[in-house]
Parts: sequence; structure tokens; C-alpha cells
Amino acid sequence: MTLTADQADLAEPVRKAPGYWSGVFRRFLKDPVAVTCTVIVLLLILAAIFAPYLGLNDPYKASMIKRLKPIGYPGFPLGTDEQGRDMLARLIYGGRLTLFVGLVPVVLAFVFGSTLGLIAGYVGGWVNTVIMRTVDIFFAFPSVLLAIAISSALGAGIVNSLVSLTIVFIPPIARVAESATASVRSLDYIDAARASGGGALTIVRVHVLGNVLGPIFVYATSLTSVCMILAAGLSFLGIGVRPPEPEWGLMLNTLRTAIYVNPWVAALPGLMIFITSLCLNLLSDGLRSAMNVKD
Amino acid sequence: MSKTETDTTPAADRGGPHQPLIIASGLKKHFPVRSGLLNRQTATVHAVDGVSFEVKKGETLGIVGESGCGKSTTARLLIGLIELDDGSIIFDGDKLGSDISLKELRRGVQMVFQDSYASLNPRLTILDSVAFGPKLHGLKDPAGIARNLLGRVGLDPDRFAHRYPHELSGGQRQRVNIARALAMSPRLVILDEAVSALDKSVEAQVLNLLNDLREELGLTYVFISHDLNVVRYISDRVLVMYLGEVVEVGPVESIYETQAHPYTASLFAAMPSMDPDNRTEEPPLAGDPPNPINPPSGCRFHTRCRFAEGVCASRKPKLATIGGDADHLAACHMHDAASGHSLALKEAAE
Repeated sequence: MTLTADQADLAEPVRKAPGYWSGVFRRFLKDPVAVTCTVIVLLLILAAIFAPYLGLNDPYKASMIKRLKPIGYPGFPLGTDEQGRDMLARLIYGGRLTLFVGLVPVVLAFVFGSTLGLIAGYVGGWVNTVIMRTVDIFFAFPSVLLAIAISSALGAGIVNSLVSLTIVFIPPIARVAESATASVRSLDYIDAARASGGGALTIVRVHVLGNVLGPIFVYATSLTSVCMILAAGLSFLGIGVRPPEPEWGLMLNTLRTAIYVNPWVAALPGLMIFITSLCLNLLSDGLRSAMNVKD
Repeated sequence: MSKTETDTTPAADRGGPHQPLIIASGLKKHFPVRSGLLNRQTATVHAVDGVSFEVKKGETLGIVGESGCGKSTTARLLIGLIELDDGSIIFDGDKLGSDISLKELRRGVQMVFQDSYASLNPRLTILDSVAFGPKLHGLKDPAGIARNLLGRVGLDPDRFAHRYPHELSGGQRQRVNIARALAMSPRLVILDEAVSALDKSVEAQVLNLLNDLREELGLTYVFISHDLNVVRYISDRVLVMYLGEVVEVGPVESIYETQAHPYTASLFAAMPSMDPDNRTEEPPLAGDPPNPINPPSGCRFHTRCRFAEGVCASRKPKLATIGGDADHLAACHMHDAASGHSLALKEAAE
């Protein structure tokens, strides 16, 4: 039997295969925008985690005489808020809650939504109908409205906003998971795996997950920014985080009255939300292209 | 080529050499067509309607027919990828469902699909793809089995094992698919248009590979194709399907010489001839095959048949031997003196 390799193949030396994820990592590193955004997001997360060790002012310490000081005021590099609290400290401490309520619902929704979508897409038939029509019901409501409705029904508080945001994000993730699974399900390699005697669970683990988790993961990453904004919105409306906890949405709300007095300071929490969600979106874009094996 | 460990343990040849490897009888698959708000069944596609045939050990059975005639559905029924509505499959004397389970059947029957790209998981290296089956069945050293098979189908495992499907050409991918099918040490390999998507030169290489493998491993093939030249090259017997039914079956030389069924005749007439003196004078078959949702009554071919008479529309012809060849069967009233078809009477009178 002769080899049918092209000449180009013959010239190529024996290649040790890198794993799939190391390939993704390698391609991701080649994307400067995505890497920059990852660094920013990581810095934000690290700053939030290690906030107590950064030598910041007490974010809760108010001062009646130092209210709404501008950026660069001595001792307060980013100025002070309407109660004279240090903006820099509050922004960094605020990242803790904001990132937490931005990420946790998406992670939970990723787990539940992917599971539902995978089951619906792989099993098909009436199972698909039941799951997807239920999901459709949730699509009837705009996500903001749904989050507000569930949150206010459950009552204010962090846990309740986490629950409501998780419920809001399960349907879109389930929808993406279902369509990705259904398209993979119809491909011949799934039939070939079934013909090799693979059970449904094995086939899903070996042949389906690897091909659908990527798109779902990328989609979920892009949802974190939406989730942060929704969470901030809930706090802004007073059904999320309660004052005096620092949280970007809540800070935006309380500082909104100072917009004519000290617009730059008032805009800072919004800027943080903007930067974080922009970075998360660009990060997920980079991830999407890095996950494409063909490049 | 050295023998791999996969075939040091040949599956028991239970039925002996004269027991056909697979007997399909009365295979039937009707797909429901659903529509409307409540997803109610509004029609039925008669994809495969009472197909019976057998494949002897070591032979290659070619299945030919127009697109949509049920070739691929038959293949998928044989390997249990879609459920039978009716009929039975007997694998080497064991009836599927009672004597052997679907899982056991699938160890003996494997399939190579037409689309070489869609039939490989893009996220797995070809080594992992080939090793999936052996790993699943707990065989020792699945990677070794896979490397061995890759070598056997002409892909140097050192250079190819760790590649992804998109890094291979169509012919190379189809070799991987063949290796994957062989990894389960099957006795029957169903090749569903396995070479149709390949370039002619690559197609020839793969066909030769298939012939070599058949001899080395003692395989039996069901070779599905619409390319009559390829079928003639590789097959021992040919089965012609039309609208979910078998219209003619027989040894390859016999069928290529004399086509007993008018559908087979027009199918072969449409085959381009290399010899200018041998050009067909017959008009090619006109129109598309009828809709399998409402197949014609009687002989399903009567709507397009030049010789159709009243009896063809009213009564379904039976698959019966024609002429003196006991292996050559056709389902046509013209070969049944008792049918009342004018041409059949003429033949009988002669």
C-alpha cells in the first residue's frame, strides 16, 4: 500500500500533537486585543479579591466636609462620593459585589441551560418540545423586565437577585445549547459513534460536548456583561444590593443626583461597568476565534 | 502488511461458510411527515418498503438506484441506526432482537459514510477517532490498534495519527473512516457512497484499498453507489432499488449483460459508454421518480415504464427468477407468463 500524502506532507517533520486546549491557548495569545482585555478583567478581579490588602481608605467611612471632591483631591485620588467616601476604595470594593453578581448567575445559568439544551438537542422528540416550549415562554418577556419581576417578587437582596438573574439567563443559553447540539447530532460522526456501540452518555461526553461547549461558553461569556448591567440595574432600582454596600450600579444610582455638581466622579461607576463589559465582550470574541480549530 | 491484533480473534464463524452473513427480509421503514400546529402526522414517506436480500460471506453486494430510492435508509436499517418498522435481520444465523442484541450486531457490522468530513469529529485527532470504538469496548491498547489500522489503510501513523480531520485531504479522511470502521473488527462493512465524493484518481486508490482489505481480512461488503462503473468493478452481485423496493438482483456480469427489468435497463442505458459504436439508442428515463409519499400502485415503475400495461398499475410484480439463471431475479410482469402482460405472453409463446 502506498502513501497518498502530498509532497508538502512529506517535508513536514513528525509532529507531536498538542492537545485541543493548548492549541486554543496558543491561538488566544496571538490576539493582542483579547489578551489585553483578559489582563484588564483579571486585574479587576484580583483587585476586588485583594481589596483589603491594597492599603485603601475605608470605603464606608463618610465625611460631611469632604463630599463630592473632584478627581485628584489630596488623599482621594478619584475624589469622593456624595457622603465623602473614597471613590477609589469604593470602586475597587464595589468590584467584589458587581463581579460576583455578574459572574455567578451566568455560571449557574451555563450549567443548567447547557444541560437542558443538550438534553433537548440530543434526545429530540417530545422531550425537546417540552423543554424548548417552556424556554420559549421565558422569551416572551424582555430580560430586564423578567429580572425585575422575579427580583421584586422574591424581595430585595443579593441572593434573590442572583436567583432572578440565573432564571433570566437559562433560556437563552438553553436555546444556544439546543441548536448547537441538534446540528452536531445530525452529523455522520455521531452515527458512526452510535454504530461503534457508544451509549448516549459516552457519545455526548466524547463527541458532542467538545463541539457544543465552545459556542455556548463564548455566548455565556458575552452574557456576563449583560448580567453585570442587569445586576447594576437591579441595584439602581433598589431591588438588588442595599446601601451602604459599594456596588457599581448602586453607586451610579446614588451619584446620579451629583451629575451637575461633579460629573466626572459621578460617571466613574458607569465607566467601570463600561470597561468591564467591553473587555468581557472582546474577550469572548477572542475566545470564539481561538476555539476555531481550522485557523 | 503485518496482521493487527484486531484480527487474531476472528468473530466465530457460527453459521459455517454457506450461511449467508446477513439476511434481510421484508425491511420496511416509513417516515412520518409531520406538519401543522399540533405536529400531527399528515403523510408517510415509504422510504424502504419490503426490501429483502441476503449477502453471502466474503462477497460484495452492490446496491444501486437513483437518489431517494432508499439505498441509504436500507444501509442505516442494516446497522440499526434507524429502527425497523417491520422485517427482520438475521446476522450469520442469529436473528436481531432475539438471538443477538443491537450492540452485538454493531460489533459485526460497521459503516463508512459518504461525507468524509462530517463523519469525523473535528475536535478529535484521527487517532482518537479510530481508537474510540476499541476504547469503548475495553480492548487492550486502543491507541496501538488505531495506529496499526492507520498504517494498514496507508496513513503513516507517525505523521498522521495526531492530525485533525481538516488537515487531511478527502481521500485521506475516507481512509481514516475505513480504519475506524475496521477498528471494531467487523465482518460486514457497509460502504454508503463511500467513494462518491472523491476524485477519480483517489477513488481508484480507495477502491483498491477496499479490495485489498477484503482479501486480507476476509470482509464482506455492502457497497452502495450510484456509479455503475464503480459498482461493476467492486461487486460480485448487484441489487437494483427503485422507490424503496428491490426491482432486480443478480450476479454482476449477468445484470450488466442483460437487464431484465426495464428500470435497470434504462439505468444502464444512462451510463455513458466508452465505445462510440456501442452508444445507446434508447431514450433516457424521463422525469423524476414519483413522490415516495404516495408511491404508485402496482409496479412502482409503471408511471415511467415504456412497456407499462394495465396489469402493471393494478398488480405488484413479485421478485422471481428470470431465464435460466437461478441467481438473477427481477420484479417485472414481463417475465411472468401468468401476469397477463402482452410481452410476457409473447415470450411464453416463443
